[in-house]
Amino acid sequence: MNEIIFNPAVVEMREASVSALRDTTLAVLENVNWSVLSGEFWVVAGQPQSGKSDLLLTAAGLLLPARGSCHVFGCETNAFGEAQLAERLRVGLVFAGGQLFSQLTVAENVALPLRYQKNISAAEAAPVVAALLEMLELTPFADRTPANLAAQWRSRAALARALILKPELLLLDNPLAGLGTRASQWLLGFLDQLWHGHEWLGGQPMTLVASTDVFRPWRHAQRKFAVLDEKKFSALGAWSEVEAARSPAVKELLAEPAGTTM
Amino acid sequence: MRGNLAKAFHLTNLQVFRHAVAPKSYTDLLGRKLFLALLTVQGLGAFALITLGVLLKKHRMARSVVQPRIRHEINRAGVALLPMFIFIALALGFLVVGQTVSALAKVGATDYLGSTMVIVIVRELGPLLTAVLVLARVGTANVIELGTARALGEVEALEALGIDPVHYLIVPRVIGMALGIFSLTIYLILGALASGWVFAFLQDVPLTPGDYFKQITEALGWLDFALLALKTLAFGFFIAIVTCYHGLAQPLRLEDVSRVAVRAVTQGVIVCVLLDAVFIVLYLVT
Repeated sequence: MNEIIFNPAVVEMREASVSALRDTTLAVLENVNWSVLSGEFWVVAGQPQSGKSDLLLTAAGLLLPARGSCHVFGCETNAFGEAQLAERLRVGLVFAGGQLFSQLTVAENVALPLRYQKNISAAEAAPVVAALLEMLELTPFADRTPANLAAQWRSRAALARALILKPELLLLDNPLAGLGTRASQWLLGFLDQLWHGHEWLGGQPMTLVASTDVFRPWRHAQRKFAVLDEKKFSALGAWSEVEAARSPAVKELLAEPAGTTM
Repeated sequence: MRGNLAKAFHLTNLQVFRHAVAPKSYTDLLGRKLFLALLTVQGLGAFALITLGVLLKKHRMARSVVQPRIRHEINRAGVALLPMFIFIALALGFLVVGQTVSALAKVGATDYLGSTMVIVIVRELGPLLTAVLVLARVGTANVIELGTARALGEVEALEALGIDPVHYLIVPRVIGMALGIFSLTIYLILGALASGWVFAFLQDVPLTPGDYFKQITEALGWLDFALLALKTLAFGFFIAIVTCYHGLAQPLRLEDVSRVAVRAVTQGVIVCVLLDAVFIVLYLVT
């Protein structure tokens, strides 16, 4: 007898209209229908200003859809409040520029969510923070402020900050932007480890959604792909379908970025 | 969390005005300014109530993170300003108190010295001057820090981490500024009264320190202490609310920060004067 495995949607948008963060009266995407299932790795590509960041902010519950609905772990984001904090903390978000707190050092940035949510002192949080910084090769930069860090280390510190609470869904806004080849390869390898179950997460596979403005570095048979174009969200499916797509927008996003060979 | 800021902002959604056509007459302009002023008052009121709600509801939450921030804000809006306030107290004593004492002595009206000092220094000049100086020194820094944090997306980052920006950023500033202004006012009053007597003594005014301070203590009533505490705490609370509201409650771009800082300081001064007027009425009624 075949066993039926129920895989609930981690993020589910239905007829959702995504607003812009800077002006919530402006819709950047219309009628988004999207389901992200547990354990999937989605790559959402689009040109700059196509609404990638706003889509991720909506999926994280930080922006409300102007129309339609968005559910995260079964909870409608309209209802996100103090009572739903536990659901919210199952989602990690890495912003495009890192958005680290400029007054705090890297170690303090990484420790902050843990200290705030668990109400623990800096000394109590230190071993966990040190382990995470070590894992992300950030130990030499622990005492630096974000202004004194190169872009690749800032984005890595932002990733560490998002991982400290061990989320089940990780949203990454254009994580490869501004990274060199080696840093991009390291990040892609690390995200694959998270996807398949990293020891930091106790071996539990993670659900990932990354946005990008170029498809090719993300090529992988098991990842799922989507494209944003002219206010529309189109789920393409596996890599083979991306390559087979005839849309000019997809072809443009498939173009090899200068200086990148992966 | 997200809702807290959004609620205050939606009440004063200035986008409507940014897209509106230019006023066609002075009446239109006046009406628009009045409407904007009312919206700002509404937004500030909502922001104050939200902050008060968070302050009361979350006072036990994340203490290991919030308490060091409160200590930092008390230091910034209080302890760090003490040297400046000692200087201001000496100057105030020499310029105002000493001359007043000297003038009253010349016309033989030293009997009124106590009540004059209490009205001028304890009730009015001490709290108001402290509030305006703290607004200038710390309030502007608040708007710039929070406005920059908002423009750089740090507020969204806090929300993404499940951290309430009002609890983490505003509550420590409100507590720090309220306690800072309260404490600095006390030091300013004591310093000004003491240096005022020294100035009067140097001018050979026939008044012993014992008589001088006796008159002042006799002119002070329990109401002066109660209203002084209430007034300084209210100054601190509302200055923090006005500056934090302008820095944080509205989405900003970096180029907006300086303009918003000027607006916040102007509104801070207006709020202080209005509060002062309310307390004058209270003094007159009680």
